[in-house]
This record gives sequence, C-alpha cells and structure tokens, in this order.
Amino acid sequence: MKQALSLAVLLLLAVGLASALRGPSVGAEANRTALFDDQKVNFGRRYTSRAREETGAPNVVASVVVTYRGLDTLGEVAVLFIAATGLATLLHTGRQRVSGTAPEGASLIVFTGCRFIFPLILLFGAYIFVHGHLTPGGGFQGGAIVASGFLLVYLGCRDREPSRRRLNALESLSGLAFVVIGLIGLAAGGSFLLDFLPKGSLYALFSAGIIPLVYVFIGFKVGSELGGILGDLSGARR
Amino acid sequence: MSFVADYLHYTGCFGLVLIGLYIVLVKSNLIKIVIGINLIDTGVNLFLVSVGYIQMGTAPIFSEAQAAGREMVDPVPQALVLTAIVIGVSVAALALSVAVRLYEHYGTLDLSRVRELKW
Repeated sequence: MKQALSLAVLLLLAVGLASALRGPSVGAEANRTALFDDQKVNFGRRYTSRAREETGAPNVVASVVVTYRGLDTLGEVAVLFIAATGLATLLHTGRQRVSGTAPEGASLIVFTGCRFIFPLILLFGAYIFVHGHLTPGGGFQGGAIVASGFLLVYLGCRDREPSRRRLNALESLSGLAFVVIGLIGLAAGGSFLLDFLPKGSLYALFSAGIIPLVYVFIGFKVGSELGGILGDLSGARR
Repeated sequence: MSFVADYLHYTGCFGLVLIGLYIVLVKSNLIKIVIGINLIDTGVNLFLVSVGYIQMGTAPIFSEAQAAGREMVDPVPQALVLTAIVIGVSVAALALSVAVRLYEHYGTLDLSRVRELKW
C-alpha cells in the first residue's frame, strides 16, 4: 500500500519534472523556450573572463569560493561547525559508557602500514589545500583528505589517535583566523574579506592575495572538524 | 525516446533524486533512509553541475586547454556544489548520530518497530 502510494507520487513528480524540462506548452511560440536549454546565463562568463585579472588565481572556482563569495564560505564553515557540535552533543550527553568492550587491536601489518601511511596522507592533504588557487582542489578537498587520514588512524592504529582537545583547539583557531582575515580586509579597505595582499605573479605559489591563506585555514578547520566527527562516530575516547 | 536522449544528463540526476525519495518514503530502516537522503543530495549536486556545463567545455582553470581556445564551463555552480557536498556530509553525520542514539534507546533501527514513531 505504502509502496504503491509512493510510486504513484514519484511517477507524478517525474512527469512534472519532464514537462518542466521541456518548457511550457501553452503561450506564444516565441515564449516557448525550454527551462534549461543550451542558452547559459552570462554570469559565469563574467567570472571566467575577468577572475584572473581581478584575483590573480588561475583556478576560477577558488576565486569564486574565497573572494567573490567569501562570506557564503564563512557561512558554510559555520554550518559545518554547528553540525559537528550537534553531533558531539547528541553522542555525548546523557549516555552511559559501555564498559568492557575495548576493541581488539589491528594486526601488525595493518598497524605498521597505517603508521607509515598516515603522515603521507596528511602531506597529500596539505599539498591539495596549499595549491588550491592553482590546481583543482582547495581547502575543503584537502581537509577531506586529511580527515580520511584520521579515519585510517581510528580504524588501524589507535595509539596515534589525535587528542580531541588539540583537534578542537586547532579547529577553533583556524575558524577564528578566517574571521580575522576578513576583519583585516574590513580595516584595510572598507569591506569584509577584502583582498588586501598583493596579487603576485600568475601561477606562482605565493600569489592570488588572500586565497591561499584562507584556503590553508579552511583546510585545517575542515580536516580537524571532520576528523573530530569521525572520532565521535567511531566512539573515540574523549 | 528522443526526449530522454536530449536530456540524458537531467534524466540521470532527477532519476537519482527520485530513487532517493522512494527510499526515504518506503524503507523503514534508518540507515537506508540516510542513504536515500545522500542519493537525493548527489542527484541535486549532479543537476547543478550539469546546468553549468558547456558543450566541449574545459575545467574553469586557466591552463593549456583554455589557452588552446576551449571555452570554460560555468564556475558558479561548481563553487555552489563544493559547498553543498560539505553540507551533505555534515547532514549525513548528524543523521547517523541520531540513528546511533535511537538504536541505543530502542534496540532497533527498524522505524516500524519504534512504537512512538509510526506512519
């Protein structure tokens, strides 16, 4: 019954979406353009044609995320922070510790391999977020890679487990640094997250103003935040 | 079938959204519902990226392909999806933590067996 009802609703939705894609079938012939046809808005073209001169970064997505839409990125980081806080609250309040179920340690091969690979994963994550303005990647992607390194630690070699207090401190400090960079822009030029550093030469590592700086802090924040989420979910000791 | 062929990319992403919606509506296992929410998320992300795609376009990074004269795809939906993926991860993590607490309280992940929550 429930299944049939749901299928009927979804079928209705599918037909509606299909007709929306095809465009309105009433009205004058000239107005009958499809909703999403090949005619793209020129908004993106403005960024792709001028972002390199305006921000000094070859990666247009990075300049959109950090420079043009920096405030939205700050909001996104705040959403991630709220989710991590909510998760920690849900998992740690009013909860009895299950006693006597210490997980069995991993075998020697897994343990040694994990300890060997973990620093390399951290290095790769750092490489991704330091080069965010030049290559595909950036703070969020690099942070996710760093968090995958933490996941390996939680699965394979618990003795290398990062201290939760240090993770929380790192996360708070890098979030604060993001806001401070924005406030420096406010003090220097009158707008929040203004690009107050010199653009530098194109394709150089130290170029593109505040983009690499902000991406490094975002990388630290996302990495420690997702690492903390993984630790909470895997029942790590606090 | 020319409609499906013309709008293959949109058909795919809305298909993902509909499959996810079906899972959310019909399944009673909480983990499966979280997977369904993630499928909806993926479908919406795919839709946003495919709206910004330009035929034969290259990645929005100034590189050799761009210097050879190929047009770059729209960077704005890509930046938007970058945001949406991170939000999706945090939503999934929060939903899973609710599932963990529910399992501890009721001893089951089957929503039809949770007495206070039935539809």
